[in-house]
Amino acid sequence: MRATRSPRNPALAGWSRENESTMPSALPRADPAPADGLLPSSVTRGWAERDFGVYVHVPFCRVRCGYCDFNTYTADEVRGVKQSDYAGQAVAEIQRAVEILDATGAPRRPVSTVFFGGGTPTLLPVTQLAQLLGSIRDAWGLASDAEITTEANPDSVTAESLAQLAAAGFTRVSFGMQSAVPHVLATLERTHDPERVPLVVEWARAAGLQVSLDLIYGTPGESLDDWRSSLELALEQHPDHVSAYALIVESGTKLARQIARGEIASPDDDVQAEMYELADTVLAERGFSWYELSNWARDAGTRSRHNLSYWTGQDWWGVGPGAHSHVGGVRWWNVKHPAAYAERIAAGVSPAAGRETLDEETRRTETVLLTSRVADGLSISELDLPGRGAIAGLIADGLIDGGAAIRGRVVLTLRGRLLADAVVRRLLGS
Amino acid sequence: MSPRALKSLEPASTDPAKIRNFCIIAHIDHGKSTLADRMLGITGVVSDRDMRAQYLDRMDIERERGITIKSQAVRMPWALNGDTFALNMIDTPGHVDFTYEVSRSLAACEGAILLVDAAQGIEAQTLANLYLALDNDLTIIPVLNKIDLPAADPDKYAKELASLIGGTPDDVLRVSGKTGMGVTELLDRVVELIPAPQGDPNGPARAMIFDSVYDTYRGVVTYVRMIDGKLSPRERIQMMSTKAVHELLEIGVSSPEPTPTKGLGVGEVGYLITGVKDVRQSKVGDTVTNAAKPSTDALPGYTDPKPMVFSGLYPIDGSDYPILREALDKLKLSDASLNYEPETSVALGFGFRCGFLGLLHLEIVTERLEREFGLDLIATAPSVPYEVTTEDKKHFTVTNPSEFPTGTKIASVSEPMVKAAILAPKDYVGTIMELCQSKRGSLLGMEYLGEDRVEIRYAMPLGEIVFDFFDQLKSKTAGYASLDYEPSGEQDADLVKVDILLQGEAVDAFSAIVHRDKAYAYGLLMTERLKKLIPRQQFEVPIQAAIGARIIARESISAMRKDVLAKCYGGDITRKRKLLEKQKEGKKRMKMVGRVEVPQEAFIAALSGDVEGKDPKKK
Ligand SMILES: Nc1nc2c(ncn2[C@@H]2O[C@H](COP(=O)(O)OP(=O)(O)OP(=O)(O)O)[C@@H](O)[C@H]2O)c(=O)[nH]1
Ligand SMILES: C[S@@+](CC[C@H](N)C(=O)[O-])C[C@H]1O[C@@H](n2cnc3c(N)ncnc32)[C@H](O)[C@@H]1O
Ligand code: SF4
Ligand SMILES: [Mg+2]
Repeated sequence: MRATRSPRNPALAGWSRENESTMPSALPRADPAPADGLLPSSVTRGWAERDFGVYVHVPFCRVRCGYCDFNTYTADEVRGVKQSDYAGQAVAEIQRAVEILDATGAPRRPVSTVFFGGGTPTLLPVTQLAQLLGSIRDAWGLASDAEITTEANPDSVTAESLAQLAAAGFTRVSFGMQSAVPHVLATLERTHDPERVPLVVEWARAAGLQVSLDLIYGTPGESLDDWRSSLELALEQHPDHVSAYALIVESGTKLARQIARGEIASPDDDVQAEMYELADTVLAERGFSWYELSNWARDAGTRSRHNLSYWTGQDWWGVGPGAHSHVGGVRWWNVKHPAAYAERIAAGVSPAAGRETLDEETRRTETVLLTSRVADGLSISELDLPGRGAIAGLIADGLIDGGAAIRGRVVLTLRGRLLADAVVRRLLGS
Repeated sequence: MSPRALKSLEPASTDPAKIRNFCIIAHIDHGKSTLADRMLGITGVVSDRDMRAQYLDRMDIERERGITIKSQAVRMPWALNGDTFALNMIDTPGHVDFTYEVSRSLAACEGAILLVDAAQGIEAQTLANLYLALDNDLTIIPVLNKIDLPAADPDKYAKELASLIGGTPDDVLRVSGKTGMGVTELLDRVVELIPAPQGDPNGPARAMIFDSVYDTYRGVVTYVRMIDGKLSPRERIQMMSTKAVHELLEIGVSSPEPTPTKGLGVGEVGYLITGVKDVRQSKVGDTVTNAAKPSTDALPGYTDPKPMVFSGLYPIDGSDYPILREALDKLKLSDASLNYEPETSVALGFGFRCGFLGLLHLEIVTERLEREFGLDLIATAPSVPYEVTTEDKKHFTVTNPSEFPTGTKIASVSEPMVKAAILAPKDYVGTIMELCQSKRGSLLGMEYLGEDRVEIRYAMPLGEIVFDFFDQLKSKTAGYASLDYEPSGEQDADLVKVDILLQGEAVDAFSAIVHRDKAYAYGLLMTERLKKLIPRQQFEVPIQAAIGARIIARESISAMRKDVLAKCYGGDITRKRKLLEKQKEGKKRMKMVGRVEVPQEAFIAALSGDVEGKDPKKK
């Protein structure tokens, strides 16, 4: 079946552009997405070999952290659209997603991973999160070993709500801990009480949920010792999984303005590199190993399969404002503003703002770009001739693992992980 | 005020006795073009409605910078005591780089208005241009301008001027180009004092080409001063140096718009159009004659100006090279003083080594190339021509430091010298002498002009002037000093080539020829600049300055440790890919020096000295 390229609803034509100029960060520019959201039949190629996941974006936070440019809003009501209406709209998108995927003629695949991200998903009542998960289950069914995660702020959960999440079918919770050091949390404008982290982890574990902790390093003013104590405090909670992200100053954020005005220093690349190395060492000492540049797991079973699916080219449907989707070489993204989203859903029009169909060249570029970031690495067979020609130099420069290369895979060394973008450029022959 | 001459004299049949040819000469900014404006208005050739400030500065670049670059000749009618006259006025540039332009204008005139800002007094180019005018036997009319200014001190400067050219302070006219005060009297004075042109009205035609300009619509427009005889439309004319014959498609006068006439008679100033497309076919200094009845004696021409300053011009986008070639060819059409030949640089790719009359000329040519041809250019550090003799008695002229002979033993290097005249209030004498001394100058003499101004004369290497002398002079004298210089031979000096090496590879664009005593300072300056400008690489990059094999300064850029965005991306892979594309795009703008990636901007900044927070626009 071919996709029908119906012209965009002129009444809605302004949405994506309007949103691009304002916070949060801009959407990519590409082809317009068809109003009916239908997909080309090409997406079914290799269908059965790919996992299918669902991402649900919840675009609300109590306050916006100074460094954050995620697509999230703090008002109860934005342009006449209430937070409490959101779950219903997302359910409508899920129901439409089933129809669109069915229309490709390919069989339904049970969902192997679900991820609720944000924003702060746990700002929604558990009943709504359960309702959303229920509609996903109704739509496609969940694989028996499905990984079902929600992000959560430490101050947005209770022992009770965590137990309810587990009861609803969630298997995993990822807490935004960021740091254990008060002055670092203050610079990040994190409002949660660090003392609460051990509590919420305890409650989550009691509820039978796997626990992941998100950390940020390289905050201006954070010392190596500060970072070490955050790592240690995180590890004392015995999480199953740790994500450690280098603080990035995104343009348009309050942090960026503070830095521009000279009120806060810029994060230092060398310091961040040292902190990354420290994290890798400390985590390794406690039995964690990296499986993606910013992610470490206790064992293969506690890696986030949803996270990996982004890097390994699986299919997923992203539900909600600004959510990104990928199905069989077609990528699309929804309008960012919750009001624009609500309007599209109400009008029965696809909320997609733009999409792109990857050509062979782009797919190859993406494979190199994405799989080189994971510990399993990239198959050398994916590289073109100049790319293969770069391998020896990368080994000599200590950026990729020689043994792995001989076995046919490009796997980054510690130094290579820190210079991953440069490695990718060299592999892609520039 | 209404024009005094009710009818103007017909060109081609004007009695030479009724013609006055003069130019306005002065130091830069003393108000030549503004005075010319008033003359255009008072004589009625430009109406009040059409008038705009510095009317004759027509090029965009002249208007933006508020300076004159090209001389402009205008024919204006004027009446005195019932007699009507034709005045040919030439507004000239004041900047030292364009002295050549002034000297050509002088050769078309019998007199000159020497204009002096009544608030500034005599400056370096006042003296230089006065000297040129006297050398051409012109009658000088001394005039103080800007007397409307509260700071004007006409009594004081009238005395100074009178003592400079003889006569009494009362002979010095006082005008304001801004208000028009005194300009009528000045025009009367021009008629009274400036001799009418002499020449044989019936002899074979001889016209001196004093300017030749390329115009996109009209082709080459040649400006001439008739010395003998007469030229008429449709006549066949001959260029005496090349014997080339052209048909005169149009002949006329500028007043100030080009106005075709029935011809040009003896003593008149006007323009010719023959349809040639290249100014080299209508060369400044050549003599035009009638092909059917040619003259046998060519007029003495001008000596071509020698380029004083050289710089490599490179397109930032290498694929623009053919456009640059074409652009230079076109500019050359209207600027005969521009010289260029192709050269290549390891760091900058394909470009041209260009010779200029001075730094302002360089700046203006670069700007015109960028503006009129849409080019983005890098100019290498300006250099002067050195004469190098090797021990095996071979001679080289080195205009590009990277061509300084290596390997062979050098017997001697000589550098161009100038005689510099600096005028400044006497309080700055000490500071100026110190500066000149540090630039290897030797004092030639010093003279008081009036009570508190001094002229200090130095012999100095041109290379030092070109480096940063003028900027320093201005800043050390709060802008009060003025500078003029003229070539004066060569001198042997202990000059060496300093190379700048990145990871052991010389970056040709940064090589410089400097005095041995200054080699270290240059090396330090450049290595420090580059350390600030070159982004970190995946490996450590040593930056060295060397004379031959000897390293005289070193810095190093430590290896980059982090080049990855380790953030939570969600599923926004498109953004990640766009970022990669941007990085790759950025890499395309990098030039490779060995394994080191140097951004184009780093070259530009290092060459322009932007690093130290200097404002490149301030000159
Ligand atoms: N107050 C006052 N200002 C004047 C007078 N004449 C010129 N100026 C100002 O002096 C500045 C320089 O005037 P120009 O006429 O461009 O000087 P110029 O001698 O032609 O300059 P170059 O061609 O660059 O050598 C301008 O800002 C004029 O407005 C005057 O009589 N009175
Ligand atoms: C989608 S966010 C939100 C999760 C949840 N709302 C929270 O903040 O706890 C996921 C993670 O991205 C990381 N993150 C957000 N903004 C970042 C930035 N500017 N630089 C680095 N990491 C960032 C934080 O560690 C955050 O926990
Ligand atoms: S709580 Fe999370 S999503 Fe919300 S503003 Fe802070 S970092 Fe961003
Ligand atoms: Mg002028």
